Amino acid sequence: MYKSIKHKVRILTIAMAALAVLFASGCSVTPKVDPDIAYEPPKHKAEDYIKETVVYAADVYDPWEGFNRRAYTFNYYFDKFIYLPIVNTYEFITPNYVEKRVSNFVDNVFEFNNFTNNLLQLKLKRTGITLARFLVNTTLGIAGLWDPATDLGMKRQTEDFGQTLGHYGVGDGPYIVLPVFGPSNLRDTTGLVTDAVAFSVAGPPAWVDDDTTTLVFNGVAAVDKRHRESFRYYRSGSPFEYDMIRMLYKSKREIEIAK
Amino acid sequence: MFKRLDRILGGCLCVLLLSCGLAGAYDYPFADPYVATVVGTPTEYMEVLPAEVPVKFDTLQMFPERDVPGILWNLDELRYSYIRQKDPAPLIFLIAGTGAGFNSPKMQLMQKAFYRAGYHVISISSPTHPNFIVAASTSGVPGHLEEDSADLYKVMQAIWQKHQKKMKVTEFYLTGYSLGAAQSAFIARLDEQEQAFNFRKVLLINPPVSLYNSVLILDEMLEHNIPGGLDNFKAFYQRIVNAFADVYAHGEDVQFNNDFLYRAYEYRKPSSDEPLAALIGTSFRISSENMAFTTDVLTKAGYVVPKNLVLRRHDNVRDYAKVLSRLSFLDYFRGIFVPHFQAQDPSVTEAQLIKTLSLRSLDEYLRNSAKFGLIGNEDDLILLPGEIDYLRDLFGSRATIFPHGGHCGNMAYPDNVSAMVSFFADAKN
Repeated sequence: MYKSIKHKVRILTIAMAALAVLFASGCSVTPKVDPDIAYEPPKHKAEDYIKETVVYAADVYDPWEGFNRRAYTFNYYFDKFIYLPIVNTYEFITPNYVEKRVSNFVDNVFEFNNFTNNLLQLKLKRTGITLARFLVNTTLGIAGLWDPATDLGMKRQTEDFGQTLGHYGVGDGPYIVLPVFGPSNLRDTTGLVTDAVAFSVAGPPAWVDDDTTTLVFNGVAAVDKRHRESFRYYRSGSPFEYDMIRMLYKSKREIEIAK
Repeated sequence: MFKRLDRILGGCLCVLLLSCGLAGAYDYPFADPYVATVVGTPTEYMEVLPAEVPVKFDTLQMFPERDVPGILWNLDELRYSYIRQKDPAPLIFLIAGTGAGFNSPKMQLMQKAFYRAGYHVISISSPTHPNFIVAASTSGVPGHLEEDSADLYKVMQAIWQKHQKKMKVTEFYLTGYSLGAAQSAFIARLDEQEQAFNFRKVLLINPPVSLYNSVLILDEMLEHNIPGGLDNFKAFYQRIVNAFADVYAHGEDVQFNNDFLYRAYEYRKPSSDEPLAALIGTSFRISSENMAFTTDVLTKAGYVVPKNLVLRRHDNVRDYAKVLSRLSFLDYFRGIFVPHFQAQDPSVTEAQLIKTLSLRSLDEYLRNSAKFGLIGNEDDLILLPGEIDYLRDLFGSRATIFPHGGHCGNMAYPDNVSAMVSFFADAKN
């Protein structure tokens, strides 16, 4: 097991290093202005409308926008050529009934993160509900394939480490579009990594302690996650989609943290 | 004991009386048109439609030669959807409302209802949607009912061309909601001359009478209802977010799904219509921003982007969004639309253009053609006082006007779905 952790940490380090290189490459987002061309000012000029004193809802701290916009497009292509074809195949061959069982199973395994994060936020009632859900669904719900706990009035109490950090007042930090994972920020990315490490070191993968099982589960969970997520990159048709999603992501997380 | 029995009996009696009295009445849950327009029809009141239908997505290139600037890179192919029936059946075209894509929730609702009724269905985005502007608008300057409808007509023919071998079609129908309804009327008239489809029946759902009047109403909904004016939009937005956070944290089993707005409304009923009007105005403003920016960049209109500046795929456009958030549809009309038509014909006046953007310009045709039907709401927010009466007069017995529902809020309500479907079903026999 020790070896496997070391292995994971190494992969993580490589991934982070790759990200750092991408950031450092400093992709520009400023419209390319040619000094030799005289630009005719538009009918409605920015300086006539944008006021220093006004706070804009669309303004989200995004110092890495150059990287982020490209990661956003990368995700569009990743979805188009890799992720969604796999998900579509999965949806095609799997009956809805089975898909639902898979979703329940995955949710049940990830109750581990809900448990730890509710506990870390000292939300004891919710921690208790999460523990009870896990016990009921694992037994009565046959390894979590069904969700009798919800029918018994124990609703799922989703929490992640990003929310835990937010709960204790940690700010968003810069906005980040993670390759594959999508919109995030520095706080939530930290949360994502922490949850993943805690999950694999102390959670169900550690209990099972079998690399193949864990690998298969991670694959299934990734497909199930995209299967349940209806968001599609560049489907709104809005030329301001990147800006809209950035604003909405921030607000959505505020709402989730307040719970 | 008897007292209790009394009460129970009394209760039963009340229910009986009520159910008799209301038999045939219209029970859509929101009498306030602002609530109806924002919240729509919550799931528990909705017509139950199939969760999944065998819909297929496809794209079309109307102008393969068009030089599309990098920032609009993902919009050059027109996306649309279709569903085929196995057996011969009528084909119905659906046209989306202002700013909406072919796959908007209202379009999906119509698509499912008509598929269930046994028709082939083709769904097309509004000519005001950025994808349509870039991929299918001849001028790139949307808003002109006749021109946009001609573009739609070309798109419909191109799609039909592509699918006619595999679709066994008995006859053609056409419908649209909101702006898409007004365009349907113009498409139908064009079809009388061109006869590509010979539409047997055409249904207009919540159309504007005068496009110009309706956009003024919607512009004002935003401009007049943000406390402290548009400079304070962020504060308004944050109050909404905080209210949502409160609902999410303390409401009973609230989740981020189609019913979130309804739950939020139930939990924290706003004390006035102002925030709701502001939300409707915001939604319309976002559509206007998308449209104006797309047109500006595509036609090099020099509206908010310098004429000769080429925006690349990943360029930052935040400042343009900020400027556009302050510009109304009327600004677009005066800044891009009118100049575009005056460049073609300098004698054209603003008043003349406004006149063409109205169902009144088709009065005689609409009044006398038996193929039309209308579904409207007495309290439709995009109509000026008197305009619903005009529609009632124009369509007479061909109009179904519901007492409330705001602008398109009640489209998913069972009575509405059945009015929509039965209009065409009657034609089939």
